[in-house]
Amino acid sequence: MSTHIVQPRVYVTIFLALMLGTSLTVIAAFHDFPGPLNVVVALTIAVVKATLVVLFFMHVRYSGRLIWLVIFSALFWLGIMFALTISDYWTRTWLMPLGS
Amino acid sequence: MPEGLATAHEHSAHHAALQHHFENMEQQREAGTLGMWVFLVTEIMFFGGMFLAYTLYRYQYPVAFATASNHLDIRLGAINTGVLIVSSFTMAMAVYTTQIGKRKGAILCLILTMILGATFLGIKAVEYHDKYRDHLIPGQLIPGHPFSPETAKPGDTDPHKLHLPVGVPLGNVELFYWIYFAMTGMHALHMIIGLGLMTWLTIKTWRGRFGPEYYAPVEVSGLYWHFVDIIWIFLFPLLYLLGRHLEGHIG
Repeated sequence: MSTHIVQPRVYVTIFLALMLGTSLTVIAAFHDFPGPLNVVVALTIAVVKATLVVLFFMHVRYSGRLIWLVIFSALFWLGIMFALTISDYWTRTWLMPLGS
Repeated sequence: MPEGLATAHEHSAHHAALQHHFENMEQQREAGTLGMWVFLVTEIMFFGGMFLAYTLYRYQYPVAFATASNHLDIRLGAINTGVLIVSSFTMAMAVYTTQIGKRKGAILCLILTMILGATFLGIKAVEYHDKYRDHLIPGQLIPGHPFSPETAKPGDTDPHKLHLPVGVPLGNVELFYWIYFAMTGMHALHMIIGLGLMTWLTIKTWRGRFGPEYYAPVEVSGLYWHFVDIIWIFLFPLLYLLGRHLEGHIG
């Protein structure tokens, strides 16, 4: 019944972690990792930062299951949009030799 | 009058902000939070469409996108990321100070958040002006200042300051800037709306409308502000950092 009040030290910790993540992503960007790893590193850091914001700044860690359900359904539909569209663009060229 | 009805209208024990269709403040707050999250889902899908467009075109025109991205000012972008993270922290503290009933602390946090938000927009304006100067605002949006100037200054072979490799169509660079301005512009619009929300919150807090029993509007506006921060957390690496490691290899 009573709501959870997130304490300032939690906010400070998350704030410092976000600043650290920002520094890391800038440093990593100038590093030439093999293959597509630059994108992977940048997006991994971004996802971790976003997750910290959602869980602590946005209090989702202390929220009920209904909120979690809403968030996961959003990510699910976002996943559908990306997966179907990218699978189209990615495979378009595969049939070119047959057509020509 | 039935007994039940009489007790249902017993207002003396109720908080003034409790709407009649809710049982209690807790239920009202939970409903409000859920409603805000449902709204944020629509926002995720809205920005998601633009992130998808970015993904597809970056996949198709990697060199043009890296070159165009390298024109962006990484220092200003990084500073703005920091400014936004600090503003998210002060917003979180605004919620906390309201929850424990420290009215002056809450007002201070809200004003700090607004100052930081305005700082972000100011830096963004400086960046936009850099793009205006180098003819990088796509299409014919700015009269007399099109993306591709017909007549560059004599001797100026690269009016865009892009160092574009030979054989890469300028149109693909223009596409990057369409996406850049659409996404950062939409993000900036959300920030402006956020500043409006915070002005309203500050006035209401000043009048003593919020406190430990009723802080839902502050919390829900906080959710919105943090969401806008999250969009930038993705925009910064995707727009500013994607071509940095290639700087020595292309051009």
